Amino acid sequence: MSEVLLEARGIAKRFGGVQALKDVSLTIRSGEIYGLIGPNGAGKTTLFNVFTGLYPRDGGAVLFGGAALDLDSPHAVAAAGIARTFQNIRLFGNMTALENVMVGRHVRTRAGVFGAILRTAAERAEEGAIRRRADELLHYVGIADRADDLARHLSYGDQRRLEIARALATDPKLLALDEPAAGMNATETTALRGLIEGLRRDGLTVLLIEHDVKLVMGLCDRVAVLDYGEKIAEDVPPAVRANPKVIEAYLGKSTA
Amino acid sequence: MNMLKGMGPRERLGLLMIAAALIALPFMLASVGTAWVRITNFAVLFVLLSLGLNIVVGFAGLLDLGYVAFYAVGAYVYALLASPHFGLHLPFWAILPIGAAVACLAGVILGAPTLRLRGDYLAIVTLGFGEIVRIFMNNLSAPVNLTNGPKGITRIDSFQIGPLNFAASDTVAGLVFSGPIKYYYFLLLVLLVVIVINRRLQDSRIGRAWVAIREDEVAAKAVGINTRNIKLLAFAMGASFGGIAGGMFAALQTFVSPESFVLNESIMILAMVVLGGMGNIWGVIAGAVLLSFMPELLRYTVEPVQLALFGKLLVDPEVLRMLVFGLALVLTMRFRPAGLWPETRHRREMTEGRT
Repeated sequence: MSEVLLEARGIAKRFGGVQALKDVSLTIRSGEIYGLIGPNGAGKTTLFNVFTGLYPRDGGAVLFGGAALDLDSPHAVAAAGIARTFQNIRLFGNMTALENVMVGRHVRTRAGVFGAILRTAAERAEEGAIRRRADELLHYVGIADRADDLARHLSYGDQRRLEIARALATDPKLLALDEPAAGMNATETTALRGLIEGLRRDGLTVLLIEHDVKLVMGLCDRVAVLDYGEKIAEDVPPAVRANPKVIEAYLGKSTA
Repeated sequence: MNMLKGMGPRERLGLLMIAAALIALPFMLASVGTAWVRITNFAVLFVLLSLGLNIVVGFAGLLDLGYVAFYAVGAYVYALLASPHFGLHLPFWAILPIGAAVACLAGVILGAPTLRLRGDYLAIVTLGFGEIVRIFMNNLSAPVNLTNGPKGITRIDSFQIGPLNFAASDTVAGLVFSGPIKYYYFLLLVLLVVIVINRRLQDSRIGRAWVAIREDEVAAKAVGINTRNIKLLAFAMGASFGGIAGGMFAALQTFVSPESFVLNESIMILAMVVLGGMGNIWGVIAGAVLLSFMPELLRYTVEPVQLALFGKLLVDPEVLRMLVFGLALVLTMRFRPAGLWPETRHRREMTEGRT
């Protein structure tokens, strides 16, 4: 069995009187695609936002690659190697696709104000490397021909791809995708599936939130199910599908 | 300069002609009246201020309504270090960097506690900060007389480079270089440097981070931008430019008082940035030039026209100025909401000059 990449222990989150997450613990192993499913409002995105430091948590801790993750600063989370996309796409609309990906390189580069003003050799070299890497990533996700278009002018599917490219630019160990197939048609979903499988082949660990159960079951190595802020199952897809608690959460209790 | 590399012969010729026009401009203006050279100098100062504010408002998207405070800090630093007030007479090339540094510090002091705020709330706090600085200048005359209160500081030193005094007139090869003309060339030089700095920052790792924060702060955080530090940097950079402009203002006027740094000035500078086109350096320059010259043009045309038509002055030019000003802004926002010359980010601009 491969090593553990991320271990969450006892994550709790409240919104006023609503307990959005209750003592959620889960383990993601290196190189796997880990699915997170659950009915609407189960707390999937909340858990995501806690992992990436965007929401302050009310309890629990996350170990990432064996070290405690500083969940209070999102940029430290990104620096540690977790990159994410958003359920409602959040791109830098008035920047070109290429620039969006170049921004993703920020956390792995270091040129400062003085380097930029003086255009030092080091700054120019770094800038060239940023551009080349961004270009590569646009090719990787298959939207290189849109590099110079403003992000907001891209089609929906391309925007999703661009967001993945921007996340990949941060050199993540774990890529967290929040409902990447939402609003996609069957063809686009198939293409997305190919992309995610490619990511796994390239050694990346993927955390996937998805509503499309078929996609999750076909793609993921292991799946966790959240219901009312609690983890009710964590196993390989066939076992999860057969789990009575999961069936109950999705289909309701049999009254017969 | 790598800016020239990507240009065709026509663009180069155009640039050459603009440069020649800018060099010849003060002599043409001086033939009309030295006052016009002074007006031009103040216009260049406002261009500098707008470019500084553009970093904060245009690039990073932080609405700052108290920008004139940094201008005031720079002006007072110059006034205190080069006037009989304290008996200090440091050379200008030493004071301008000090002024920039002090203004930069003021920017950080303002930025650090306020950058958690966004939009309107940040605007209100910065507005308050601008007023606080002015009120300080107004009242720091007792118990220790630091700023001389509302009376201001007078007899501020002019620039002096060796035997060359910027206040005096020199005649070289039949051309009369008056004080304002010398300042004009100095200001033009500073402007050139500031434009180059702005362009380079815009097209750099830091510049992209600023725009990313403007576009979507949450996404910027998620890709690993330390938004607090990067926003603070924008404030500090903008403030430094304001400080330098302030120092030159003090030398140009040889007099500073708190009433030069009222809220109206902040709003004027912001209007220049917005009218010209937030984020686009050339747009901001155009906006600043337009808005600095318009009141003067009105002053010189409205009075004679009224006198000729009605034989007496019906509307004060000062009143008309605000009217036209307001109308211009309303029309701009109605028909060109992104400014007269908005930011266009496309490949040509991005890649030229960089390979």
